[in-house]
Amino acid sequence: MLEKLEEEVIEEVLKAYPAKAAKKRSKHLGVDSPEKIKGACDSVKSNKQSVPGVMSQRGCAYAGSKGVVWGPVKDMIHISHGPIGCGQYSRGGRRNYYKGVTGIDSFVSMNFSSDFTEKDIVFGGDKKLKTLLREVDELFPLNNGITIQSECPIGLIGDDIQAVAKAYKKESSKPAIAVSCEGFRGVSQSLGHHLANDTFRDEIMDDVSARAGFEPTPYDVTIMGDYNIGGDAWSTRLLLEEIGLRVVSQWTGDASYKEMAIAPKSKLNLLHCYRSMNYLARHMEQEFGIPWMEYNFFGPTKTTQSLRKIAEFFGEEIQAKAEEVIAKYTKMTDEVIAKYKPKLEGKKVMLYIGGLRPRHVIGAYEDLGMEIIGTGYEFGHGDDYKRTKEDLKRATLIYDDANEYELEQFVKKLRPDLVAAGVKEKYVFQKMGLPFRQMHSWDYSGPYHGYDAFAIFARDMDLAINSPVWSHTKAPWEKNQELGA
Amino acid sequence: MQVVENIVDGQKLFLQKEYQDSFEKKKEFESSYNSVNPQKVKEITEWTKTWDYREKNFKREALTVNPAKTCQPLGAIMAALGFEKTMPYVHGSHGCVSYFRTYFTRHFKEPTPCVSDSMSESAAVFGGLSNMKDGLRNCNALYKPKMIAVSTTCMAEVIGDDLNAFVSGAKESAEGELDDVLIPYAHTPSFVGSHITGYDNMMKAILEQNNPTRSEKVEDAERINVIPGFEPYLGSLKEIKEINALFSDKIVMIGDHEEQWNTGAGEYQLYSGGTPLEILKTAINASNTISLQKYSTVQTAKLIKNKWKQGYTTCNPIGLNGTDAYVMKLSELTGKEVPNELTIQRGQLVDAMQDSYPYIHGKKFALFGDPDFLLGLVSFIIEMGGIPAHIVCHNAPKKGWEADMKEVVAKSSWSEECQIWANKDLWHLRSLLFTEPVDFLIGNVYGKELYRDTGIPLIRIGFPIFDRHHLHRYSISGYKGALNLLTWITNAVLDKLDEETKETAKTDFFFDSVR
Ligand code: SF4
Ligand code: SF4
Repeated sequence: MLEKLEEEVIEEVLKAYPAKAAKKRSKHLGVDSPEKIKGACDSVKSNKQSVPGVMSQRGCAYAGSKGVVWGPVKDMIHISHGPIGCGQYSRGGRRNYYKGVTGIDSFVSMNFSSDFTEKDIVFGGDKKLKTLLREVDELFPLNNGITIQSECPIGLIGDDIQAVAKAYKKESSKPAIAVSCEGFRGVSQSLGHHLANDTFRDEIMDDVSARAGFEPTPYDVTIMGDYNIGGDAWSTRLLLEEIGLRVVSQWTGDASYKEMAIAPKSKLNLLHCYRSMNYLARHMEQEFGIPWMEYNFFGPTKTTQSLRKIAEFFGEEIQAKAEEVIAKYTKMTDEVIAKYKPKLEGKKVMLYIGGLRPRHVIGAYEDLGMEIIGTGYEFGHGDDYKRTKEDLKRATLIYDDANEYELEQFVKKLRPDLVAAGVKEKYVFQKMGLPFRQMHSWDYSGPYHGYDAFAIFARDMDLAINSPVWSHTKAPWEKNQELGA
Repeated sequence: MQVVENIVDGQKLFLQKEYQDSFEKKKEFESSYNSVNPQKVKEITEWTKTWDYREKNFKREALTVNPAKTCQPLGAIMAALGFEKTMPYVHGSHGCVSYFRTYFTRHFKEPTPCVSDSMSESAAVFGGLSNMKDGLRNCNALYKPKMIAVSTTCMAEVIGDDLNAFVSGAKESAEGELDDVLIPYAHTPSFVGSHITGYDNMMKAILEQNNPTRSEKVEDAERINVIPGFEPYLGSLKEIKEINALFSDKIVMIGDHEEQWNTGAGEYQLYSGGTPLEILKTAINASNTISLQKYSTVQTAKLIKNKWKQGYTTCNPIGLNGTDAYVMKLSELTGKEVPNELTIQRGQLVDAMQDSYPYIHGKKFALFGDPDFLLGLVSFIIEMGGIPAHIVCHNAPKKGWEADMKEVVAKSSWSEECQIWANKDLWHLRSLLFTEPVDFLIGNVYGKELYRDTGIPLIRIGFPIFDRHHLHRYSISGYKGALNLLTWITNAVLDKLDEETKETAKTDFFFDSVR
């Protein structure tokens, strides 16, 4: 029944497009279920050019590099190099928490821009960039390095920012790293993640001096692909420390340059957002022989499974501690589930997010008895969809690079009880009277990683679904109307 | 650990001992170069508050820190959304468009429709014509607009795409699908001007390309067009329309985005409100056009004055004097007496100003924002007896603005204490606030960090405001709008007074119940 509806709505949506676009989009949509062989998770096309002229929810390579991966590194100054807009739009929206004195030794929530004028476009911006780097160092002497994040025009006007960075690095003896992450490169923010990873590889991995004097232990780990949104990496870190590990490096939420440079000394790389940091994990495996492991800290079931997997790597002593930690927290999360599950059981959810979340959060919803009936990635690749299959429990609509029109139609047809996606979609669905949670920024809540965070997650889902505000939509004098009719 | 009876947010969770201990442990791995050395951090913190730092800071030539402006296409989108069933279409990268939509949506807490044609590397090499051809058709098929308003991102501008040729090319190859939709276009290069420039360029394009030439103009002597400009206060649009209606129903707003960002619960409407296209297409026939933001309509003004040969004036109905001037202008142009209703509203505003003035008189304010917004707000502060000590306009236009502002400031009896800072950013302002402090700061959400660093309370008036709800629903224009301004400012002064006097047995003798 559900599957039939899902198949139907894909047909309906495709009818709205001109033929060429319909053909393209048809390859990105599908249905999958645990029983299906070669379902949508195996067959959907992904990481392809978006159809022009629609409201795509995707960002660009600059967003992936500056906004997602580099931006949270707190003691470096990230220059939005080019015109004024990109840096302004990406300022302060992602909630990458950090501790530090902003403007003095930490800079995450600020916006540094080279504010290009027409002159810079015509004559090139390299000279301006050189001056700018000096000005940064003079006014912010405690910065631990500078990155230059290219906006669209840079790659089009023939500037050589790599050379400027190299020269400046020599002059200042601090890291100066240029990322050619112009927004037109690639098809989404995904390429920006990759480009940022490449600069980590080229610039940080080799910086032996930054890790000089580091004393290793057998229990050193690095957290990778956690951007500390609402404090996610902190609630992750605590659990790892409690089971007896030492987190020597966080990438990149609340990260500092030096701790990043320590990473090649860790014993295991723990990878949360596979999409945005698998490149570097693979590199460190090849180059330094450091194994990496994906884990999932959304919801107690997945958190427990992940902790056991991580502990197993380190042997009996850590395993014993992990079991203690699991027991301690499970008591609490059981209480959380007892409190909220009765209010949430059977509720249907549709997800549309980036990176790892379209699959990783499924378990957390299921811990609360909720069901996922649709999920998709803004900028996933084939390996993301393949990994998603394991998390499906029923017929699920799969949509890659869905645009606003499609999402609206899917929701109208499948009528979930909750939509969990981004801010651009939020008010569309709330206007239809549907509970909605932003799943990029945690809707100004969080953290959502780990056991303590699950309590917040459960509370948030309850408040979204069971708020009285949704019952006021219809005026008492209006007749019963169907959703979206 | 969480306790199920009292689940706490991150705010309190991270204050728990186990997390605090974990933060301590993390520090061990963090330090490098000079940072995280508490002594050094303190030293530099203090240094940034000095005149020495200020001088270095003001010598910056290349670096912008914490800007108070943004790029052209954002303004173009607002202009486009002021018209009936119009889809803003941005020719260029889709990353920018995600940013534009997010930015507006965070401010208004409303959806913001806008498409892009997702240009990428191949378009960088071959140009974006094929994106435009497919994009316009897809947009038209999915969103069924009556008008598609095309603007550009940096990328399209740098590679030099010819919009005129592209739009007509796309129309020709669309097998008739685009015949019934209007497609005005404007170049909106982000490396020129700011978001208000984009508003201007798009407004001009929409007007010019949807109106006949002057030879076909049929003048309607009674008709007056009013262009609001880049106006983030939806309540202002509403109030201006109310004032207009009190004079004549032939005063029409051109570019009315009020309803687009203010639809009710119940169903999602992609388009809402906007200036009807019939009104747009006859804009040339008006006898006069009034722009409410001189500096958001510089190019538009040229079209109206020079090509359309209409009467053209600018007004700035923020504060008492500005509203008076607007009302008198309408009276002059319509030949009607000022309606009694407005005289009553004015009286009520002045009465309220006379109630509250002691709290604003002689207080120092620092203000930042868009050029026209500042002209209005500074005027109002002066009307109340306040001192606009620092006026920071990051996107100050090269021509005219400073002179206009000087004229406004000259009306203050403290005019020598008022400093006008054109093209300075908020890191400059930080130095100003430390070296020459004020009592209150007025500006958008980006003033928040200045409040944290300096302790000077921020009164949120401007755009964008992401961290307070519903302010954009109010008016800051007209007499009622001025009353809102007065309320926010006065009560901020009183809140501060309470804050400063609340300590038991120490300062609370002044913690009065009546103010
Ligand atoms: S690339 Fe240009 S148009 Fe796009 S957000 Fe940046 S400044 Fe604005
Ligand atoms: S997935 Fe997550 S961490 Fe990766 S880019 Fe998106 S929101 Fe992000």
